[in-house]
Amino acid sequence: MSSHLKSNVIPPSRQREKPRAGLTWIGQSIKRVEDPRILTGKGGYIDDVVVAGMAQAAMVSSPHAHARIVSIDTSKAKEVPGVIGVYTGADLATVVDPCPSFASPPVPQHAMAIDKVRHVGEVVAAVVAEDRYIAEDAAALVEVEWEVLPANVDIEASLEATGDAVLHPDDRKSNCALDESFAFGPVEADFAAADRVITRRLRWNRSSAQAIETCGVVAQWDAFKGGYTIHANTNFYSFIPFVIGGSLRVSPGELKMIPVLTGGSFGSKVFIHKIIILTAGLARLAGVPVKYIEDRLEHFTNSDSHGSDRLYDCELAVMEDGSFKSMRFTVLDDYGAYLQFGVGTHGNAMAQVTGPYRIGSFGMRVIAVLTNKCQQGPYRGFGSEVTNWVMERMVDAAAEELGRDPLELREQNMIQPDEFPYMIPTGNIYDSGNFQEVLGQAREMFDLDTWRAKVRAARAEGRCVGVGVATCMERSVYGPTEWWSLNNRETPGFTLTSTPEGISARIDPSGKLFVTLNSCMVGNSPETVVTQILAERLTVDPADVVINYADSQTGFNGVGPQGSRFTAMVAGACVTASIRLEEKLKRFGAHMLQRRPEDVELRGGMVAVKGLKDQEKSFAEIALTSSFFRLSFPDGEEFDSGMETTAVYDHPLSTDPHPEREHLGIFYPIVGHICHMVAVEVDPETGKVEILDYAAVHDNGTIVNPRTLGGQVWGGTANGIGTTLSEQFVYDADGQFTNPNFAEFAMPTAHEMPTNFKLGHVETPSPYTEYGIKGGGEGGRLGAPSALTSAIEDALRDRGVKIAALPVTPPILRGLIRDADAAAVAAE
Amino acid sequence: MDKVAIELTVNGRARQALVAPRVLLSDFIRQQLALPGTHVGCEHGVCGSCNVLVNGVAVRSCLMFAVQLDGAELTTVEGFGGADTLHPIQEAFWEEHGLQCGFCTPGMLAAASELLAQTPDPTEAEIREAIAGNLCRCTGYQYIIEAIRSAARKLREARVETTEPV
Repeated sequence: MSSHLKSNVIPPSRQREKPRAGLTWIGQSIKRVEDPRILTGKGGYIDDVVVAGMAQAAMVSSPHAHARIVSIDTSKAKEVPGVIGVYTGADLATVVDPCPSFASPPVPQHAMAIDKVRHVGEVVAAVVAEDRYIAEDAAALVEVEWEVLPANVDIEASLEATGDAVLHPDDRKSNCALDESFAFGPVEADFAAADRVITRRLRWNRSSAQAIETCGVVAQWDAFKGGYTIHANTNFYSFIPFVIGGSLRVSPGELKMIPVLTGGSFGSKVFIHKIIILTAGLARLAGVPVKYIEDRLEHFTNSDSHGSDRLYDCELAVMEDGSFKSMRFTVLDDYGAYLQFGVGTHGNAMAQVTGPYRIGSFGMRVIAVLTNKCQQGPYRGFGSEVTNWVMERMVDAAAEELGRDPLELREQNMIQPDEFPYMIPTGNIYDSGNFQEVLGQAREMFDLDTWRAKVRAARAEGRCVGVGVATCMERSVYGPTEWWSLNNRETPGFTLTSTPEGISARIDPSGKLFVTLNSCMVGNSPETVVTQILAERLTVDPADVVINYADSQTGFNGVGPQGSRFTAMVAGACVTASIRLEEKLKRFGAHMLQRRPEDVELRGGMVAVKGLKDQEKSFAEIALTSSFFRLSFPDGEEFDSGMETTAVYDHPLSTDPHPEREHLGIFYPIVGHICHMVAVEVDPETGKVEILDYAAVHDNGTIVNPRTLGGQVWGGTANGIGTTLSEQFVYDADGQFTNPNFAEFAMPTAHEMPTNFKLGHVETPSPYTEYGIKGGGEGGRLGAPSALTSAIEDALRDRGVKIAALPVTPPILRGLIRDADAAAVAAE
Repeated sequence: MDKVAIELTVNGRARQALVAPRVLLSDFIRQQLALPGTHVGCEHGVCGSCNVLVNGVAVRSCLMFAVQLDGAELTTVEGFGGADTLHPIQEAFWEEHGLQCGFCTPGMLAAASELLAQTPDPTEAEIREAIAGNLCRCTGYQYIIEAIRSAARKLREARVETTEPV
């Protein structure tokens, strides 16, 4: 280990439930608890929320990428029958303050633009009316006079912008929001000692999650309490009142956030503070409850959830024997017009930037660029999907330059099973793993050797067939230092270090286990996994577990589903709650059985005397007696009536970043591993890529529910296929977003998915989480782009095509083939 | 704009309604009929989440006006089955994990229903074709395809048992 990591001491494990064979419920593909109500149309999504007296809002959005608002005339709109009010940014600012920002120093943002717009789709006025039809009629009558300003579209050119082209001239002299450099370990010395440096310029273009449900809010202002009741499809409802209370000028305690079933997030609904502040402010101004649901166009252009948009100049230092020594890059990231999370997506990538390989040091310069586009937010991978792709591109490049087999080169440099916990140069650790076993299983499932023979045969026929392999990390269970650890040391911002998850659990007098979650459902399976874990730990029947959701006022510390954390984290809360309930059940049960607590155990939903068959009391009987028959127990608070507890579980393994950022500490240590292998055929005439075969093997530690994990891998892989082959936000030179609709932003349909996808699992349990569970919510998208890119490049190897940018849509790939052909002709 | 009186059958029950001519079928279903199971994903006819069955044919309810339904038979997801009476297609989606967030699911059920009414034993290619107009961002489609295959089996077995068309 490099000396720069000496101060980063790995804390001891707090694991209580060891991974083990023979579990009853953990590991079973039980049918999801959530599904019956969803399947029958009774899920309760945000647009299903109806509040008495509720009005609807429609927005007036900017048609310009960058413009001053000279004037807004709302008079005609106000005359439309059924309109309750028409409001501008200045009106909204009478009741709300600017949006919160994790960037430090912050980039100011208003929920509704004042004086200036900075991207197409930014809201400049809103109509509140009796229904959405009327609101949209009126919105069309709002007249805005604009003074158009120069638009920044290109990531490099935006850095050079001056004068009116600067987005936030009051706060920053340029469109550079952050420029920080890091050296983790002896980067310079390692590069100087290297035999060879592999260099590539790599481009990852903008897209976003585009869940099928857009974002929405129903907000009510309570003038008597001075607070709001808000339904919103944010993932973060337990945490968000504290963050937005200031913007709404109310105490967080007067902000009641009510969770709803969320129609897909993939990160895109993690925060959504702007739409909440906007809708709440409108409700206060209009004096009626207001519903605002983004339409698809608004979701594309204004939902603050665009994905990474990066340009890398990357170098990999290697020795002639193929061993990797060091890596470094400069990365420019087009964050759009604002910077809500700072460069958290780059902090995230530091969790696994060196991949599954032994690389002794790593250096980075990160530059956050502001442009006239909707700002970035999270999208499945939160930045790590890009560095996975960069790492794998560099390995393929190294293999090519060294004349090595890409798979062998990977195996040569992989961390070995006996090296865990393994600390990478940034300071994060990989808790456990067996990359070789994952690779071996993938190789077998995919039948790589046969595929290589098939590729040779196909090439001999003149077909463009190739295979690609990716071996990638799948970090899970984030610690929040990733949000701020790359900020300037002088202005680190809000240096948050807590990411807890909690539940409350109560055995009611009927014997049912009532559980309250402090986290919404976004398409993950929170009710199912909690049911399985509690049934396991408390020996109850899953049918006796009843799940509900807290609102923000009745909840407890929690963060919600994001960063592949929920299952592993809530398992910790379930174990804590189970330990407390067990202790209580034993105390009361033992008294009822006239035994000592140490003489009884939990057995099939009973408190039973150890070693005796018929000496037992059911949880129902104990809970009933403890709830209603206080005089059956001794005096003393240990026999306070009822059978309930609240349990909060903190991150199992994190450390602070080094004060001088020699390392970033441990912040994302529960790592899975993935190997994707894919065979493709490219039609060189059209640039169309056909997936011929696909195998994905994931190691997510102990699996709670194989079928739901499989669903995550499949879905993430579909996202990754879209990212690679078809999805890109296209802007013209004026900053117009030219394809913000489902017809032109091409997400995979059932036709684009491989027909013979093979899914495999390896289970290397974490030594740090309960039962050894690791997260697995993002993995497909963390591996598919690398494997597919590699396969496409392999298919076109004979034609000399190199892929340095995603996506490779058919026209783009056709262009690359044409250029390569022309270069070959020129060379002759 | 004057409202128009229409009569239609909604999930087996006769209904009358007064509706403005410009109201989309999707809004009519969700707001006037108060049936929130029909989900609006894109409002431009691509995603298929708002698919419902009109006279047994899967249609985009965001691309129709409610007034076009005068005299028609409408089936929404609420007409498939309830808590204790899941339709075999719903059961199959549950068993095969054919849904995650569930937002696209009502449209998928409509597409599956239309397919299986015409093609009781579809090939995988036929299933893919039938749902190719329905976007799902969660599942990657595989378990939806498996669910529809399983539903086909369930429906065929039910037919054999009852010797009646289902």
